[in-house]
Amino acid sequence: MGQSRALWRVRPYLRPYVRQLTTMVAVSFAAIGAGLTVPLVIRRIVDGPIARGDRGAVLPLALLVLLLGMIETGLAFTRRWIQGGAANGFERRLRDDFYAHLQSLPASFHDKWQSGQLLSRAMADLSVIRRFVGFGLVFLIVNTVTFLLVIGLLFRLYAPLALVTACSIFPLAILTSRFKPRYRALSRRVQQQQGDLTTLAEEAATGIRVIKAFGRAPLVADQYAASAARLRTSAIEGANLRATFWSLIDLVPNLTLIGVLVVGALAVGRGSLSLGGLVAFISLVLMLVWPMESLGNIVANAREADVAAGRIFEVFDTAAEIADRPGAVALVGSSGHLRLEGVGFRYPGSDAWALRGVDLEIEPGETMALVGTTGSGKSSLLNLVPRLYDVSEGRIVLDGHDIRDLTLPSLRRAVAVAFDDPLLFSASVRENLLLGWPDATDEDLEVAVATAQAQFVHELPWGLDTRVGEQGLSLSGGQRQRLALARAIVGRPTVLLLDDPLSSLDVHTEALVERALSQVLGSSTAVVAVHRPSTLALADRVAWFEGGGLEAVGTHAELAASSAEYRAVLGLDRPAGGRRTEEVA
Amino acid sequence: MTTPPAPAPAWRGVAAETLEDARGGLAAFLRARSRRLLGSLLTPHRRTIYWLAVVVILQTVAAMVGPYLVKVGIDRGIPPLTRGGSARTLYLVVAAYLAAALAQAFLTAVFVRTAGRIGQDVLYDLRTRLFAHFQGLSLSFHERYTSGRVIARLTSDVEAIGELLDTGVNQLVTSVLTLVSTIIVMFVLDVPLALVGLGAFPLLCGLTVWFRRHSSRTYREGRAAVALVIVQFVETLGGMRAVQAFRREARNQAIFAEVNDRYARANIRSARLAAVFGPGTRLIGSVTVAVTLLVGAHRVIDGATTVGVLAALLLYLRRFFEPMQDLAQFFNTFQSAAAALEKLSGVLEEEPAVADPEPGSAASPPAGALDVRFEHVSFGYRPDRPVLAGLDLTIPAGQTVALVGETGAGKSTIARLLARFYDPTEGRVLLGDVDLRRLTDPDLRAAVVMVTQEAYLFTGSVAENIGFGRPDATRAEIEAAAGAVGAHRLFAGLPEGYDTVVGKRGGRLSSGQRQLVAFARAFLAEPQVLILDEASSSLDAPHERLVQDALRTLLAGRTAVIIAHRLSTLDIADRVLVVDGGRIVQDGAPAELRTVAGAFRSLNEEWAESLG
Repeated sequence: MGQSRALWRVRPYLRPYVRQLTTMVAVSFAAIGAGLTVPLVIRRIVDGPIARGDRGAVLPLALLVLLLGMIETGLAFTRRWIQGGAANGFERRLRDDFYAHLQSLPASFHDKWQSGQLLSRAMADLSVIRRFVGFGLVFLIVNTVTFLLVIGLLFRLYAPLALVTACSIFPLAILTSRFKPRYRALSRRVQQQQGDLTTLAEEAATGIRVIKAFGRAPLVADQYAASAARLRTSAIEGANLRATFWSLIDLVPNLTLIGVLVVGALAVGRGSLSLGGLVAFISLVLMLVWPMESLGNIVANAREADVAAGRIFEVFDTAAEIADRPGAVALVGSSGHLRLEGVGFRYPGSDAWALRGVDLEIEPGETMALVGTTGSGKSSLLNLVPRLYDVSEGRIVLDGHDIRDLTLPSLRRAVAVAFDDPLLFSASVRENLLLGWPDATDEDLEVAVATAQAQFVHELPWGLDTRVGEQGLSLSGGQRQRLALARAIVGRPTVLLLDDPLSSLDVHTEALVERALSQVLGSSTAVVAVHRPSTLALADRVAWFEGGGLEAVGTHAELAASSAEYRAVLGLDRPAGGRRTEEVA
Repeated sequence: MTTPPAPAPAWRGVAAETLEDARGGLAAFLRARSRRLLGSLLTPHRRTIYWLAVVVILQTVAAMVGPYLVKVGIDRGIPPLTRGGSARTLYLVVAAYLAAALAQAFLTAVFVRTAGRIGQDVLYDLRTRLFAHFQGLSLSFHERYTSGRVIARLTSDVEAIGELLDTGVNQLVTSVLTLVSTIIVMFVLDVPLALVGLGAFPLLCGLTVWFRRHSSRTYREGRAAVALVIVQFVETLGGMRAVQAFRREARNQAIFAEVNDRYARANIRSARLAAVFGPGTRLIGSVTVAVTLLVGAHRVIDGATTVGVLAALLLYLRRFFEPMQDLAQFFNTFQSAAAALEKLSGVLEEEPAVADPEPGSAASPPAGALDVRFEHVSFGYRPDRPVLAGLDLTIPAGQTVALVGETGAGKSTIARLLARFYDPTEGRVLLGDVDLRRLTDPDLRAAVVMVTQEAYLFTGSVAENIGFGRPDATRAEIEAAAGAVGAHRLFAGLPEGYDTVVGKRGGRLSSGQRQLVAFARAFLAEPQVLILDEASSSLDAPHERLVQDALRTLLAGRTAVIIAHRLSTLDIADRVLVVDGGRIVQDGAPAELRTVAGAFRSLNEEWAESLG
């Protein structure tokens, strides 16, 4: 177990089950004790009543054998009953914590890590560890002690034979130490490839529309088959390695038995051991067959579990970088005064600045539009305010506090976002809308729905209780976007961040939303990333971004009057000659 | 769970998951279907399996020889020694045992290797079949079934079967053979004692039937629960930004803990059934040993048999009940795998609602520009809510048509029917005079490509994602396609240019950048018919203009259907269709429609106003 550092780290999760595990080990010993006694009783029958021809003495002894068997069974039952609860309870707690940790990790982690890899760890790897905790661990202890106990008993029966038996430990140790490192490397590869395969399955399931639209099902099926073939190759290699190891391990008890037979026969021949004694001795040696043979299995299982634990702790060891600082204060009575001071941002692992040197002050109640071409850093900026990412340099100040000095829940309660990608969950419309404010009133909800022009929700089959999201009713892009908008405004946040919130709406609906929204925005500070000039109607001022830097700040009219480039970004100027619809304006 | 198809509307989410307890005829039907799947998976390996059976028989014989030789050693090898005679017999016995042990080791190695290979081949076969089948099923299936469950089937269910193949088959084959050979040897040794030993058989059968009946239910619960765990897990990871921004963590944790607990409890119930079953077989074993001992002792005293025979018999009896433990373990793994097989065979039984044509009736679309015709097309996503009713529409080859209208008017539905994501419930859609249903999928997809609003990106680089449009495209062609949509400078300017890894779901790119990748992808595919469903909604004005300039070139000589809320798109349209309530209410050239009063003019005016 020397190298099993990762596996060793699961012990806090075993702690609640220490009593159960101890009971399991104790019960196993008792069962083995009962099992051990059986051959001894049999020996007494063979040497005693049978040799003497005493029929009357046979029955009580046979009943004793039966009684011991029943005790053994009862104990085995107890162990397995406890084991079912303990191993699964252990697995459940570890999985709960794994999930909780994933939820605490920042967006940068989730950009990088494929869901399939994480899923494979949460399911396949965890169940490998559970199997080890339920079977391997207990039997590793039980078998080792059994081995020693039996050897001890054998020494009491006849020392020279016992010595022969004890020698079997050397080949076992040598074989195991040779096998372990190779199997560990192989297990790591197999489990990694399993994760890769899960990732492909996950992407093929979530990207099915694109795959179908381009008729690329054969292509992704080929990719999947290639990945499955790699996994197969590694798994077959694993089977081959186990084949060699197990067959050599199996040889050990047989060789031991042969040694015992030869030495024992000679001893009987010399008269230093009775025939019954040899029979009993051999019965006891046979009790070692299973502990020896199962060693192969347990060692393989332990290697797999260790690799699995390593993969799980790799995630646990990733610190939740975006978390409350020591001494973080809760934001109370926010006025929504937002200031960016020399803000720079690089995506983790990238050298390029997505944003640099941004100084911007947004007054309480003001609506600031962010304008710029695709990739100019608008969305990145919006992600920084609720601390989905942290700034790489400079700071963001909300109501006089660096947002990193505020507690996350209080910051995220004051700030609400409508993402460019309206992420809905498999839950009712109501639950999706009340995501951040479960205690909002029906009235708040109704106002939000009306503002976002999302009245269509009332016409859904179960109204607000209709399930939407992936497991529910599929909505159009425009409908999803309006729900995302309603979700952001329902809690009346002091700072509202909207990322191109009306892009999927038709002109008519857009106008209605804007009219309603302008009233809501009166009380909130709002930052709105926009591409269309129409949405600018909401804004008091415009911050114009170009290539990750702040180009200019001013009213739309000022900027439009002073810069042709600004007009180009919004498509305000149309080349002459074309008979453009927009020129009607 | 897919058979019979869930009667309730699938979008109530859990509706389909409730058909968990199958009884009577349904249970028998499900079992037969699972067996057929297992059979079809094993059939290709039939010969190897036969060969493997021979190996196992030899291996078992080699293993059985051991105790027998010990008996011979005691009965025949030792007496000469006690009389001071030669040890020849003993050494012969030892030599034989050594040979048997080596043979056993060798055969074990052969068995584990071969069984491992077969098991992995079967898993590979199952995985690829299942994956390809999922890919072949229509969108309506995927919308109902959801990605989380697809993933659950492809991972945890396949793994349950993997476990059966990994350990179960070993256990089954060796234990059955050990059982049979033990019985034979016992009969050879002493018939009356063997009969006593066999008395345990009916008891074992009864116990097994009991276990099977109860465990099949708990394992089915387990399969259903694990799918829920996976669904919740995957969905959380997919929406992590919203989870964090809206402080959904605690609620999510509660939901996850609940399904995870349900999974754990199902597992515990299964484990406890096994806790009765396994030791139960052992109890039967103990009773048998005691009775055999009792009877055997009297027979030895009567001189009907020898001490050696009794000792060997008792040894064999122990060997008899050890494989029973394995057999119990096998049944356990088997029941778990059976529950998985039941789900997988159900998936494989699903027919795509949008099916490939019968081999004889397939037709190919003609080359060049294609015309599109909708003839009396009716369609609804649910039977009670028709979206289109008897739609007639002809789009001549090479025409660019813009569909306008409010959200929910049916524009996207028309596009999806043309891309054959769904089939019409009535009427037909024709491409170049060929019914879409008569086109094979490769032919259809080469001819028609649709770009949607949600630009889905796969793991990999920008270049790889564009290359998805034409997998054999060279790097130069990929860059040319990006250049055509005016995104070359943007992509080349990313940190690692076209090799920039886009992150999960393209999370490292902005939504506008993702849409540009999707456009470039479509340009690379060079389809005869292009459908754009709000494909440019997130683009900034300069890029939108570049894309439209590019479209002007690309669409020359191609048929196109464009859905957009921004009327600027109309610049490139030859014809506008105003859709309302699943019907076309206005049809004509944009310039022409602007002059007449109607829906289009008012839309146009609103648009003009919105520009301020």
